[in-house]
Amino acid sequence: MEAPIRAREILGFTLLFLLFFVCSSSPSHNLLISDAERRIDLTSHIVKVYLTLKVENADSTPTSEILLAFPPNHVDHLATVEALVTKGKRKKTTLARLDVKPTELPDAPNGTKYFTIYLANPLNSGESTTLEVLYLFTHSLEPFPAEIGQSESQLVYYRDSALILSPYHIKQQTTFIKTPSTKVESFTRVEPTNRAGTEMKYGPYEERPPYSFSPILIHFENNSPFPVVEELVREVEISHWGNLQVTEQYTLVHGGARHKGVFSRVDYQSRPSLNGASSLRYLLARLPPRVHSVYYRDEIGNISSSHLRTDSRKSELEIEPRYPLFGGWKATFVIGYGLPLQDFLFESSDDRRYLNFTFGCPLLDTVVDKLTVKVVLPEGSKDPSAVVPFPVEQHLETKYSYLDVVGRTVVVIEKKNLVPVHNSPFQVYYTFKPIFMLAEPLMLASAFFLFFVACVAYLHTDLSIRK
Amino acid sequence: MAAPETSTAAVPTLYTNNTLRNAFGAVLSFFIILLIGVLAFSIRLFSVIKYESVIHEFDPYFNYRVTQFLTKKGIYDFWNWFDDRTWYPLGRVIGGTVYPGLTLTAGTIWWLLNSLNIPLSVETVCVFTAPIFSAFASWATYLLTKEVKGAGAGLTAAALLAMVPSYISRSVAGSYDNEAVAIFALIFTFYLYIKTLNTGSLFYATLNSIAYFYMVCSWGGYTFIINLIPMHVLLCIVTGRYSSRLYIAYAPLVVLGTLLAALVPVVGFNAVMTSEHFASFLVFIIIHVVAFVYYIKGTLSPKMFNVAVTLVVSVGLAVCCAVIAVLIALVASSPTKGWSGRSLSLLDPTYASKYIPIIASVSEHQPPTWPSYFMDINVLAFLVPAGIIACFLPLTDASSFVVLYIATSVYFSGVMVRLMLVLAPAACITSGIALSEAFDVLTRSIKFQLPGVSSDAEVDAGETSSVTTEARNDEVKAEKPEETSKDRPSKKSKKKEREHVEKPSSKSKVKTKSEKKRLLALPLEASVVSLLLLIMLGAFYVVHCVWAAAEAYSAPSIVLTSRSRDGLHVFDDFREAYSWLSHNTDVDDKVASWWDYGYQTTAMANRTVIVDNNTWNNTHIATVGTAMSSPEKAAWEIFHSLDVKYVLVVFGGLIGYPSDDINKFLWMVRIGGGVFPHIKEPDYLRDGQYRIDSQATPTMLNCLMYKLSYYRFVETDGKAYDRVRRTEIGKKYFKLSHFDEVFTTHHWMVRIYKLKPPKNRIRGKTKRSKSKTGSTSSSKRSGTEKKNPWH
Repeated sequence: MEAPIRAREILGFTLLFLLFFVCSSSPSHNLLISDAERRIDLTSHIVKVYLTLKVENADSTPTSEILLAFPPNHVDHLATVEALVTKGKRKKTTLARLDVKPTELPDAPNGTKYFTIYLANPLNSGESTTLEVLYLFTHSLEPFPAEIGQSESQLVYYRDSALILSPYHIKQQTTFIKTPSTKVESFTRVEPTNRAGTEMKYGPYEERPPYSFSPILIHFENNSPFPVVEELVREVEISHWGNLQVTEQYTLVHGGARHKGVFSRVDYQSRPSLNGASSLRYLLARLPPRVHSVYYRDEIGNISSSHLRTDSRKSELEIEPRYPLFGGWKATFVIGYGLPLQDFLFESSDDRRYLNFTFGCPLLDTVVDKLTVKVVLPEGSKDPSAVVPFPVEQHLETKYSYLDVVGRTVVVIEKKNLVPVHNSPFQVYYTFKPIFMLAEPLMLASAFFLFFVACVAYLHTDLSIRK
Repeated sequence: MAAPETSTAAVPTLYTNNTLRNAFGAVLSFFIILLIGVLAFSIRLFSVIKYESVIHEFDPYFNYRVTQFLTKKGIYDFWNWFDDRTWYPLGRVIGGTVYPGLTLTAGTIWWLLNSLNIPLSVETVCVFTAPIFSAFASWATYLLTKEVKGAGAGLTAAALLAMVPSYISRSVAGSYDNEAVAIFALIFTFYLYIKTLNTGSLFYATLNSIAYFYMVCSWGGYTFIINLIPMHVLLCIVTGRYSSRLYIAYAPLVVLGTLLAALVPVVGFNAVMTSEHFASFLVFIIIHVVAFVYYIKGTLSPKMFNVAVTLVVSVGLAVCCAVIAVLIALVASSPTKGWSGRSLSLLDPTYASKYIPIIASVSEHQPPTWPSYFMDINVLAFLVPAGIIACFLPLTDASSFVVLYIATSVYFSGVMVRLMLVLAPAACITSGIALSEAFDVLTRSIKFQLPGVSSDAEVDAGETSSVTTEARNDEVKAEKPEETSKDRPSKKSKKKEREHVEKPSSKSKVKTKSEKKRLLALPLEASVVSLLLLIMLGAFYVVHCVWAAAEAYSAPSIVLTSRSRDGLHVFDDFREAYSWLSHNTDVDDKVASWWDYGYQTTAMANRTVIVDNNTWNNTHIATVGTAMSSPEKAAWEIFHSLDVKYVLVVFGGLIGYPSDDINKFLWMVRIGGGVFPHIKEPDYLRDGQYRIDSQATPTMLNCLMYKLSYYRFVETDGKAYDRVRRTEIGKKYFKLSHFDEVFTTHHWMVRIYKLKPPKNRIRGKTKRSKSKTGSTSSSKRSGTEKKNPWH
């Protein structure tokens, strides 16, 4: 009912946008994209966009910077941007990772945000190169209707542009959009548009000027659950006695369409495919190999519904929340496990030690809104420094654990909006003298010794006044 | 290891031999005591090993919540805590209505550990408080029995108490209840009383008052102490055992103890106002009269004394009559004669079932069955009589106390199954005495008749092990000769006399004594056989205790398990429901359920409840009971008037969980009907029988509890077969008009319903339309529209 009205609005909006962009200025460098192909994967709740760009330098001077443009409302949900360059000839192509950094341009039209890709070798005049760009969006599928009953399936909106937003002239471009099922309620047509099975094709469009924009809206069924960890605190505690203890505190929410009305267990149990199709029944956590003493609990005790499968290469922990999570339902829980220290702690060349551990969230296909990693160094550690492959916030804290006197240094690393791509290793360097390992045993021994001496002294003193 | 050899090698003089032997014995018994403590602690860990480290049952959750509050907010906020999350809309003054002993103990332990940088969580501390205190309790038992009958009996009693099932049932890890610390406090108070009685030391008397204070802080059962000790004092006076030691043991306890008890907010002026404490004051007066009489007797000549006695007796009688008349008038003016309901139901076992259905509805307030005696104290039940006899040989002040303790506690345990807990220490002490005496006699007779052992060594061995009381007295004498000679000549001489009467031989005359013992010895075969039988009895006890600890008493009751062919099955539905409530409802929503689940809901789900396990307001509970037994519309109106948003029922029909709300339902009817007479129990019974099948009454089939429990139950198996009641239910297909099912747990054990929002009023109509138009309207309205159809 509403769809035609919306489509008209969008059309009007598009025209305005186009006008605006055509009039606006062009970027500093005269680059040209001769061919662009974009594949948008909407199968899960993390939107993956693969962009293949063939860039040509039409300018007279060589350049090594290529700009990527994003609409401002997309940037807020942008979790990561990666760029790869293909090297070599036809068959033997290798991919090399390139630096990508957010950039502010003074004359950005309409609040457009930029990322700059830094090429390893400058692109000479007339040369061309092929870039593979991957970027991920979180929270970009808007459930509509926003509230659904138990037996309804979850429909979502995805908004984007049929044309790739770019500061450069694009000669030819095509966009493919993959939906999780064939059930698509509606989608904006920007001719030529084709739909076949689960895939939609926008384009090819030819000779589009810089900052061309044509909003599209796709309304489709996505019955996969949207596990969102609102807050995750990972505490990694190093004990030089040989153990690495990891404690992860999760606040999990189903980020899909909110559950409305009744929850009937009998329907849920007897017809699981029809009832609560988008409910979150279980999660899979991929833990390092040789994991031991795994626990899964929440503030009121152990949660018995979990399975651990281990082999030599990885461990998989399948956890079920206490109750199936419907849209908008929350759950909090803690996962903890121990790991052998020798797998993660190494000595660097300059006599320092460093911990090499995975940064992100071990749950598969999960968006983390806010992650705090706390690395608790042993008591007596000095000069901590963390090396993380992406920008994070860092500070130091002090924590008092078992029988600590001076407290342990804690390196706190915070990052927002994480996706599984961020599960890359990071390092924390510190110096530590092994003698500190003996501090606590010695303290205990001396305390007991003093206690016994006091006992002996007490038994051998006679404080009576009269003999 | 080397100790026995040295002791045999160092025979030259009897004296050194004995000191070494004593030292060795002391070290040995120290280690035995330590191991008994370890045993007491570790036998209670089955629940942690088999299940998990979690708080058990109902009341412990409340205590845990209070402890959390204490550790978070501090002691002053704790005293002033008005809890608005329970008994909505009344609230409850927690600081003034709770026995703070347990909470303060656990809070102190937590604070101490955290200030030593041992970051244990409050939950962990709470879980392990009970096992720690049962180790303390077994040590206290050792001390108490040692005071009564010597170290051997003490060790036996401590070992028995460490694993007595009755006590285990209340003190497994996670059972964070008042009794966990109170039993230790009880035994320790008794120990200090006996210690004071034996030594006459004011130091111990003061300690005794402080221990009594701790007991008052911990448990309402302190009234047992404040009645038992006066009874014992009275017994001593009547049997002519009055001494200054008795006075020292009693008078400071009453004065200091009552003052200290009045400091506890929950007791306050009850310490002087209620009839539970009356006996102590009466005996306090009597002991002073007696002391005065003894004093006069000491100062006056016999003739003058007779005159004085007549004078004092006549005046005293007059005063007493006046005082008693005033007291009786005061007591008679109160409706319950100054007794609290629980105490009255102790004195008159039929009282609760007649007048207070809430007290009667609690399963632990029922009288026990015979099997529960065997289950809870096992072989001790047979050893107790022997122990009582042993207490009479010879009867001292201390042993008469034990006899009195066991006699009263047997009575109380017969009234209320919960008070089996008070019986258990008494049974352990008497059985410990009995076992120890029996072993003594048997081993001695075996030793004397074993061929090939030199008789001299035997004599020593037999003597040191058997005459422990004597040895102790000697020890005390040797260490503090001044004190004993000055402080307690009367007792010593009395004791000596008695010993002389019973055993004419003393330590110096070894030869005669050994001969005497040789005569007392039983035949070798008989003693060997009976020794073996005793050991078998003990082994049976140990096996039973371990079984009870592992199987019977370690279940936390919030998690249920069942073993089937395809392995262990866990039913964790309660926590599933509480967790759902805590994460997916608004923080100020009110949840109505039967009072059993009140504490758990506030502690685990952190939601406001209408009634909880602190059953202080009968009317409020009756209101919930009435709602549960009313038809849907009336129930909705009652709940709506209480701002209730969710109703929680426990239903075991799907998996066969017997203690569900349908089985408790008759109590709801009774309690509800006690206040609101339109609820009549016979309406719910068909020919006096409680049934939910097709023969059930229409009132039963239409009440809210039935509907909420069985809503859409028929769709699970098509027949609606209830596995608890073992029958098909009476009414299978029905719809709910005023409630929405919002959550049902995996095994259907907990079902949560939401009240439908009130329907819109239609202008010009006085009655709301009965159509179901409003049923699907938005839930947001219920909060804004405030009206009270019930009142």
